[in-house]
Formats: sequence, C-alpha cells, structure tokens
Amino acid sequence: MEHIINVLPSLLQGLKYTFIITVVGISIGFVIGAFAGLGRISKNKLIFGISTVYVEVIRGTPILVQILFIYFGLSDLLDINLDKITASIIAIAVNAGAYIAEIVRGGVESIDKGQFEAGDSIGLTKSQTMWYIIWPQALRRMIPPLGNQFIISLKDTSLFSAIAVGELLYEGRAYANSTFTYFEPFLMVALFYLAITIPASIILRRIERKLDV
Amino acid sequence: MITVDNLHKSFGNHEVLKGISNKIKPQEVVCVIGPSGSGKSTFLRCLNLLEDVTSGSITIDGEEITDPQTNVPKVRSKVGMVFQHFNLFPHKTVLENITLGPLKVLGQSQEEAEQKAKELLAKVGLSDKANAYPSSLSGGQKQRVAISRALAMNPKVMLFDEPTSALDPELVGEVLAVMKELAQEGMTMVVVTHEMGFAREVGDRVIFIDEGIVMEEGDPEVIFEQPKSERLQSFLSKIL
Repeated sequence: MEHIINVLPSLLQGLKYTFIITVVGISIGFVIGAFAGLGRISKNKLIFGISTVYVEVIRGTPILVQILFIYFGLSDLLDINLDKITASIIAIAVNAGAYIAEIVRGGVESIDKGQFEAGDSIGLTKSQTMWYIIWPQALRRMIPPLGNQFIISLKDTSLFSAIAVGELLYEGRAYANSTFTYFEPFLMVALFYLAITIPASIILRRIERKLDV
Repeated sequence: MITVDNLHKSFGNHEVLKGISNKIKPQEVVCVIGPSGSGKSTFLRCLNLLEDVTSGSITIDGEEITDPQTNVPKVRSKVGMVFQHFNLFPHKTVLENITLGPLKVLGQSQEEAEQKAKELLAKVGLSDKANAYPSSLSGGQKQRVAISRALAMNPKVMLFDEPTSALDPELVGEVLAVMKELAQEGMTMVVVTHEMGFAREVGDRVIFIDEGIVMEEGDPEVIFEQPKSERLQSFLSKIL
C-alpha cells in the first residue's frame, strides 16, 4: 500500500510528459494528416505521390523503429542534439499524421458527390467548397476514428521509454527497479493510462453527439 | 443568351453527346426531354461546366465558357443549378444554405445576404423555415430551398436537372408552381424534366434528345401532338 502512495509523485511527473507528448504530437499530426489526406485524393500526381509514399512508409514501419531513427539516426546524420521530448513529439506527429491522413481521406471520400457539385454550382472555388461544405461534414464523421488514434498514440508514447523519455511507463519502471517492488507500480501505471483514455472516450462521445445535427 | 455549337462529350470511349447545337434566347423556357441515358442531363451539366466539354463551344451571355482561360467559378456563379437530389448542405440552416454563395462569392454583407434570402424564402413560401436544418424538411420544401439558393446568386440562367424526379407525387406541384412563377417573371430556364404537363404549359420550346443528338425540337404543342420522328413517337407513347 505504501508503494501505491510513494510511486504517485514520479507517476504524476511521467503523466505530464505522456500528456504533453501526446497532445502536442497529435495536434501537429492532425495538421500533417489533413494535408497528406487531401494529398491522397489530389489529382496532382506529385502531391499524390509524396502523400502516398509518406503514408506507406510510416504505416509500414514500427513506431519504435521510427523513434530510434529520429532520436539516434537523425541526430547522427545531421550532427544535432535533438532533445528527447522534441524527438518524441516529432515521432508521434509523423506517425499519427500517416494514420490521420487515411482518416481524412476516408472522411472526405464519404461525402456525397452532390455536395461538391452544389458548392461548384454556386460559384465557390474548389478550396472554398472544401473548407465551407466538405470539411465540416467530413470532420464530424472523422471524430470516432480520430478519438481512436488519440488513444493509440497515447499508448504508443510508452515505447519512448526506450530512449529514456521520462514518461509514465519509464517513471513507473524506474520506481519498480529502485524499490524491487513490481506489482503496485505497474498497476498504477496501467490505471494512470486509463485515467486519461476513459475520460477521453467519454468527451469524444459527447462531442460527437453534439455535432450530430 | 446561350449558344451551344457542335457540343461533344465523351466519358472514356463512350460518346454521350454527339454534336449538339442550339440557341436559347433570353427569357426562354426550354424543356429537355428524352429517354434515360440519352445524354440530356449531361447536356445540362455541360452548361455550367460540371462536366468538362470534349469539343465544341458554349457561349453564355456573350462569354465563351468553353474557352480554357475561363474563370470557371465565375461562370457558375451566373448560372443557377437545381439538382434532382437537392444537394442542400446538411450542416447549415436553410438561411445559411442560401446566404453562403452571396457571402463568399458575391461578397455581399451579412445583412444584405440575409435580407435577400428572406425575400426568396417568402417567395417560395418557406419564411418559417429560415432557421431549420434541411433534414427536417420535406422533399418539396428542400427543392424550394435549393431553388432559392440558386436564385440568391442573381443568375442569368437557371438550369434544372430533373427537379421533381426524386419527389413524392403529392409534392411535385409545389415545386412546379415555383418554377412556373419564375418563368413568368422572365427567367431564362433550361429544364430537364419528365413532367410533360409542365413542358407543355410553361415551356416555350421542347428539345427531344436521344442517343446524344437533338432528334427533334419545337413548340410544345407540335412536339406532343405531331411528333415527326419514330423515336419521339415511341418515347411519348411510353410516358404519356
């Protein structure tokens, strides 16, 4: 019992980094994914090609390889000293961006062709039609898979303990190793993840219902 | 108002329009009839470049819209379009559906656009629906909103692509009434329709398109009473 209490300060510290990496990473990933997803339905072959290669490469490689590549590989190649948190945020952004690209593509492609035509017919430009007509409708349909991606990315941050980022799992394991107790720290780590994922699910369901016109 | 010269349109190897030429005068109401798959909807959709033209030319109000240099959105803003399936924006209220184009394309102020939208809604008998969402409207109401949305752009021409085909029979009348009023006000209209009663009563001219060409055209009375070609005779015998 005392371990459950004693582990709390370091887990709270770890939670902070887990949360920051996830939220900042997913936010950047959403912007990347929005562009890449629209790129995947672009008629411009170059844009389509770049977006497709990006999605396939990221989807086809494990995120653990990606973080090691970014943190060690890129630092080595470019001779820079990337800090761990930045590297983690980049890894989540780039990784989630690829999956979000597919979510965006699916969302936009699910909108009836007549909506594009109606936008065209009143003289809106392609980008105006996309922004005012298609995007708001597509976004609503994208919320469930986006929520899913948020939870996946949140859990993926645990892999960054491999480069000793002080996130939730790393802090829990550090405590366990230093006290030689394992049950309570890892139980608490699991509960901490659930403490974010379950409220996140509830909030997302509320947003979804609210947008359901 | 509209001059179509030797219009061809192919989808891949399939040639849908095989050389259509026609002149539509200002204030004229032209009804386009023909069997399904004849190319009549494609013809209409070419008139506001929803389909790109394979060859031939279309001139609207003195501007050749088939010129590659044409500002396509600008052309479309002058040509109103009403679709079979309404295509209202489901995430916007009736009022927002109507004001979007005037606000974003014509650069009208919010007050100006809303005032015009309310006038149009009053005209089509839907003043009480301004703040409703399309999902709460009947098909006939949706189509009347769609007509208002097109009219809000002050178009020079209105195109109707089977505007009553998706409606329950008892709702057809209210939409046709709005269209009839519009015709009486002098709007230039091209209407693809299966409503022969409307074509006869409101149309100035009927064009019968079959197999991608204008098979026959003329005064509605003549077209319906004395069809010359065998194909028109057989088409009319099936639908009347």
